[in-house]
Amino acid sequence: MQDRPAAEEIVARFEIARTAFLDPDGTPRAPLPDFARDRGSLVAMYRAMLLARAFDARAVALQRTGRLGTYPSALGQEAVAVGTAAAMAPGDLLVPSFREHGAQIMRGVRMEELFLYWGGDERGSDFRDQREDFPVCVPVGTQYPHAAGVALAFQLRGEDRVAVAVGGDGSTSRGDFAEALNIAGVWKLPAVFVVANNGWAISVPREAQSAAQTLAQKAVAAGIPEQQCDGNDVIAVRATVAAALARARAGQGPSLIECLTYRLADHTTADDASRYRDDAAVSARWAEEPVRRLRAHLARAHGWSAAEEEALHAGIAAEVDAATEAYLATPPQPATAIVDYLYAALPPDLARLRARLEGQDG
Amino acid sequence: MAEITLVEAVRAALAHALEEDPAVVILGEDVGTDGGVFRATEGLWQRFGSARVRDTPLSEAAIAGVAVGLAAQGFRPVAEIQFQGFIHPALDQLANHAARLRNRTRGRLGCPMVLRAPFGAGVHAPEHHSESIEAIFAHIPGLKLVIPSSPARAYGLLLAAIRDPDPVVFFEPTRIYRAGREEVALDGASLPLGRAFTLRAGGDLTLVSWGAAVREALAAAEALSGEGIEVEVIDLATLRPWDAEAVLGSVRRTGRCVILHEAPRTGGFGAEVAARIAEEALDSLLAPIRRVTAPDIVPPLLRLEHLYLPQVDDVIAAAREVMQWR
Repeated sequence: MQDRPAAEEIVARFEIARTAFLDPDGTPRAPLPDFARDRGSLVAMYRAMLLARAFDARAVALQRTGRLGTYPSALGQEAVAVGTAAAMAPGDLLVPSFREHGAQIMRGVRMEELFLYWGGDERGSDFRDQREDFPVCVPVGTQYPHAAGVALAFQLRGEDRVAVAVGGDGSTSRGDFAEALNIAGVWKLPAVFVVANNGWAISVPREAQSAAQTLAQKAVAAGIPEQQCDGNDVIAVRATVAAALARARAGQGPSLIECLTYRLADHTTADDASRYRDDAAVSARWAEEPVRRLRAHLARAHGWSAAEEEALHAGIAAEVDAATEAYLATPPQPATAIVDYLYAALPPDLARLRARLEGQDG
Repeated sequence: MAEITLVEAVRAALAHALEEDPAVVILGEDVGTDGGVFRATEGLWQRFGSARVRDTPLSEAAIAGVAVGLAAQGFRPVAEIQFQGFIHPALDQLANHAARLRNRTRGRLGCPMVLRAPFGAGVHAPEHHSESIEAIFAHIPGLKLVIPSSPARAYGLLLAAIRDPDPVVFFEPTRIYRAGREEVALDGASLPLGRAFTLRAGGDLTLVSWGAAVREALAAAEALSGEGIEVEVIDLATLRPWDAEAVLGSVRRTGRCVILHEAPRTGGFGAEVAARIAEEALDSLLAPIRRVTAPDIVPPLLRLEHLYLPQVDDVIAAAREVMQWR
């Protein structure tokens, strides 16, 4: 080791730890946390990931047949959304980006609402059963400060609740991300920032996004705890988020979690990933995907049977079919909807516009 | 009643709001122990504590974004951006989130926040401290935009902004923060948003302005009265949604209009006022509309700043020209 100049001393150090429980083939590599020894809770997460994947497939099919707008598939990163939502309490609050429908569905957002939103109908963000979670956030990274604000509301009211924001690897390059982590750290806010590092921000790979060795270490600069986890291991995601939630509830402030996953699909249905990445490299990443991994563990450790698998798929298919039907049967908004929700009370100019729209279909 | 300056009126309104509604939270840079760089929040931290009067990191995007999160949870955050020149990082949160949250959730989540910022030239401030970019905010559906021009209107309009269920941007003209005192009844009464104020009646010419420039408007009207030209002075006060009916009604009576604003000319809000008059009251016009504005330049640093702001004489000249048309 090089001698350190006498004028220097080390004033800070950091290490980044990564949590992983299941190897890609589903073999446990470490003793599992309590929740992951329970067959029922594993099956619930397995079902939620399958449902998210089935929802994705249906959304893409609807888009390809002209019945949905541009849609961002979460294929391959279901464990991030499901592990995160599984760790959260119902009273916590989700501030998602746009690839977390697996979490949104678990938190009570109806699939037909998500179809409506991506189908171009604002009513899809007027969640009937989930009144407080934020809607999808499209401007990348701008959702993180909202989670800090929600967490401040919880802190000011003395509530035992935590705000959980989710974003992607690209979002960590933005100022909003740094500002949110920083202010949450200063105020010790009950917030958890989850980064789904899927390797790609549209066409820009992770290594072109930041020279930092990990994205988790961006927490170090904000003075808040960080953890990296295997984002294709739903047990690791849930355990890591749960630990961060526990710290937040104990008044120990926010955390940053980086989940290492991989975007197996195009960025959106408007994207063609073959323009910028190698199909063979993508195929290789299928060996790490989260659904098969948990199924292998369930089969080996909990006797998960083919009959159970079949029943699960049938139930999910019926659920997605019903949501699709409900979506397609939703009557259009009246034309007046374009002005009715802009302000609590209509200003005169908009009232005149509304009068012209009255009675028209949207 | 108290005889107070505009900045004291802002402070009094903030104090009243903090007193009357536990959901009101003030946040911004140096708003706490320091009481704000203009002292707009002086004494509030001491009186209401650091939970409700919060110093933030130097972090404009977070200030606006945290306010959105607080507001969605039912708080009434009053966020301060130290100078309008530093507001651009917060614009993303205002335009993409605050202005849209109610609409995009079909009313499920609201955003009852206020974003205050001092603005305008004429105080010999450093670079980036003299801009007037209100037109950018007036262009954003879902926002409200308010600019007071007197202590009484600052007090009543700020209280209205804080009580409003939608996001309000509230720009305070630094040039008149302490330029004069006025008797203000500190009784918690608000003034209506979206309403213009007719500050002086007159039948010959309508003079529309807002913010600090209202002083020049009133001075010009006084001088013109000496020449036998009676000017109706309208302070728009709210630029979104703006009180077009008040302006149109006045122009239909006077047949002439001059618009005065401190912001640069092109794309300034005066263009919207002029266009609306042309669309809806052209038949009433006896002369072309004239705009008196700053030129389309970056506000000069303090040595050349005097070449930037529209002067009383500019307004008088424009008014004479309009009166003498044909």
